[in-house]
Amino acid sequence: MEKQIESQGLSRRKFLKVGGGITFLVSAVGLPALVFKKGELAESKQISAWVHLASDGSVTIYNPASEMGQGTMTALAAIFAEEMDADWSKVKIEDAPVEPDIYGIGWGGERGGSMLTVGSRSVSAHYNNLRQSGAQARYVLLSALAEKWGVDRKELKTDSGVVFHPKSNKKITYGEIVEFVKIPGSVPEIPDSDLKNPKDFKLIGKDYQRYDVPFKVDGSAVYSGDIHVPGMVYAAIVRSPVNGTQPELKNESAIRGIKGVLNLVSLKHGIGVVANSMETALKAKSMMEITWKGDTKAKSHNSQDAYEEYEALSKSSKTGSIVAQAGDLNRELPKAQKTIQADYKNDYIYHAQMEPLNAVAHVKADSAEVWVGTQAADGTRNDVANHLGLDFKSVNLHTCYLGGGFGRRSMTDFVIEAVDISKAVNLPVKLQWTREDDLQYGAFRPISLQKLEAGIDQNGNINSWKHVVIGTGGGLLGSGADIPFYDIPNKLIEVRNIDHGVRTKHWRAVGHGPNKFAIETFVDEIALEQKKDPYQLRRELMKNHPRELAVLDKVAEMAKWGSPVPDGRARGIAFAERSGSLAAGVCEISVDRSTGKIKVHKIWGSLDGGVVVHPANAKYQMEGSLVMGLSSVLFESITFKEGQVEQSNFYDYPILRMEDAPEEIILEIIPSTEKPTGIGEAGLPFMGAIISNAFAALTGTRLRHMPFTPEKVLEVLSS
Amino acid sequence: MQYSFILNGKPVQVTAEEDANLLWSLRERLKLTGTKFGCGVSLCGSCTVHIDGKPVKSCITSLSQAEGKRVTTIEGLSEDRSHPLQLAWIEEQVPQCGYCQSGQIMQAAALLAENPNPNREEIIKHMNGVLCRCGTYLRILKAIEKTAQKV
Ligand code: FES
Ligand code: FES
Repeated sequence: MEKQIESQGLSRRKFLKVGGGITFLVSAVGLPALVFKKGELAESKQISAWVHLASDGSVTIYNPASEMGQGTMTALAAIFAEEMDADWSKVKIEDAPVEPDIYGIGWGGERGGSMLTVGSRSVSAHYNNLRQSGAQARYVLLSALAEKWGVDRKELKTDSGVVFHPKSNKKITYGEIVEFVKIPGSVPEIPDSDLKNPKDFKLIGKDYQRYDVPFKVDGSAVYSGDIHVPGMVYAAIVRSPVNGTQPELKNESAIRGIKGVLNLVSLKHGIGVVANSMETALKAKSMMEITWKGDTKAKSHNSQDAYEEYEALSKSSKTGSIVAQAGDLNRELPKAQKTIQADYKNDYIYHAQMEPLNAVAHVKADSAEVWVGTQAADGTRNDVANHLGLDFKSVNLHTCYLGGGFGRRSMTDFVIEAVDISKAVNLPVKLQWTREDDLQYGAFRPISLQKLEAGIDQNGNINSWKHVVIGTGGGLLGSGADIPFYDIPNKLIEVRNIDHGVRTKHWRAVGHGPNKFAIETFVDEIALEQKKDPYQLRRELMKNHPRELAVLDKVAEMAKWGSPVPDGRARGIAFAERSGSLAAGVCEISVDRSTGKIKVHKIWGSLDGGVVVHPANAKYQMEGSLVMGLSSVLFESITFKEGQVEQSNFYDYPILRMEDAPEEIILEIIPSTEKPTGIGEAGLPFMGAIISNAFAALTGTRLRHMPFTPEKVLEVLSS
Repeated sequence: MQYSFILNGKPVQVTAEEDANLLWSLRERLKLTGTKFGCGVSLCGSCTVHIDGKPVKSCITSLSQAEGKRVTTIEGLSEDRSHPLQLAWIEEQVPQCGYCQSGQIMQAAALLAENPNPNREEIIKHMNGVLCRCGTYLRILKAIEKTAQKV
């Protein structure tokens, strides 16, 4: 009998002892791999399991990354199963326990970093280690069998969970080996030459279904809001409308008097109400009258004025932080035959993941239990432990499916809130954020102004490139600002930051969204100015970068760039890299000149993501990210007035609906044997530019401020 | 207060306060958590269920409005993921994060019950109220169109 399902709540070590069959334990950082059988588990901290094999042949593979829709729980298990040569039809996938020493990964792909699921890194970072671990699992089974049968291990062949010994014509299933498998003291590192030849892959690069999909069509996938704990109560919080202000509740006794209200909990940034039902918690929240105290920096922030502040800062002779530099821009730019300049802007935007933040927490005297959908499994556990003054081991974190993350769920603020409230009331608590909470207490992709300037030499080539990003959010601003695939001899790319005291955060593809919009629109403007085709200009600039060029050529070929466009439509093209992946896009749009509404009819996209583990899902991630990108480009804007967010729900922060989805999205992946790169965000960065470029081709006017709302479209059309 | 209605084919009774809401009653009192909370104000459709076969946004529906009615949630659409739309959703691999998908499927099921062969325009019009942040719209369309052809 398998005990996985019932084991929820047990620690992994305990679980290993109760589970039937065997579990492969693969060491962390540099230690040899080990295998343990039921009851033989050493109490070492350096080891943990990747797979559990039961005697009925079922294989449970542990997923080290958060599943937020990107599908990596399937892809990661497929990498392991590939080298183990497991029977994929018998594979189950479960979230790994929070053991970053084992399941974590460093930025260089080394074992034992963090379980943080960000930056599209799950497949690329885990790829080699999971192949190795899968191959080690297979090695252990074959070694045990070789001994039992008295044959040479090298004579054994495997095929999807079955082992053959061709010489003697014998065969046996992996499940049957469980009965007699011996536990070796160590397992050697499998040399690359003994890993599968990619041409023999049955899963990697092939078509298979996502593991999570069936649970997401019948409502059975468990998100943290779905958790019920006996004795659980409900909490909601009113949070400071202006970041940093502190609450003073005016009508405490009225709130306490509401039937069903159990308690009030003061937090630094708000007031929590605890009730015996969700309805009562939400009602009490809406009735709180609070005065907000404190003069904070955010209070003076008016986002629409920020562009003037940025303009002023751009004039300062003090250079900001340098993102990239080549040649001598300050010497060469003034010598240019011609200079071209343009400014681009983008407003703050909000994550708007469909599942508003929530968490369930139960803080006891010397331990805590938390259920949450998080991108930061170990970060959350650590933050909770540190916050409560507990040992990490005393925090039992149950990871759940995420109803979208996009960067917001890499923060732990909402979990700490649930923990604080549970501690205060001494009960298990479900904390639910409303959509308004989620939006107004959001952490946004930063606003920025981008000033670009190019110098053209006497041969008509771009000789200098200056790009200054001015905005808020510090380190969030620079991602994607460099252009390593465009050979321009003199370049200076820098970031200047003003802290407005409001919350900013990584948002799918981070700075790549705004920066690629500015860069790729500017390249288009230069092309038009130089009377060159924008596709051809890019080809010239990246002529020494064959992979990039192949991606660009691919999309041009797919979209039949240069062929006639239907009446009233135009196309735009752009290239962008993200997380090591290379992507290019073309769109075809039309504009309703009376309403100012842009309609995107078609999008073509090409992608080079190195070895693609799960191509169907990779394409789908690209589709999703470009649809989300389209939404941000056409509709989304957060504005602050005196530090307060002016939007509150989907009526004033619209996101793309089905009627505005492109009619067709056509994507191709370029076959590659290079190492895998991150794919989950790759479709997003070029969206702003392909639309702006198509719009310019169609109307002769230029959109330089995202989002391209109907009002902005009408404004540029009439200018 | 005591409320009685038919939930996924079986009679249920719920004790709750006067202002009890259908969404939270399904999720918290009856522990049918497939129906999701997304906006609370009828703008996202994540909370879509059927009352007497018609799609409603449970977040703005009071529990008393369900009194004596037939309520169907994603859990009751079929017993084993065998509703043609669920099969199509799997075949087309529609969900990403999955959070909106119960609402999408319930909204689509109500459409096909009323109009077994909708055209693309009718589908878009009917489905437009259900948001998906992950951008699964084109596959939703395809899954509905395929199902419609089969029905
Ligand atoms: S939660 Fe009901 S429509 Fe959004
Ligand atoms: S699948 Fe994530 S919101 Fe629709």
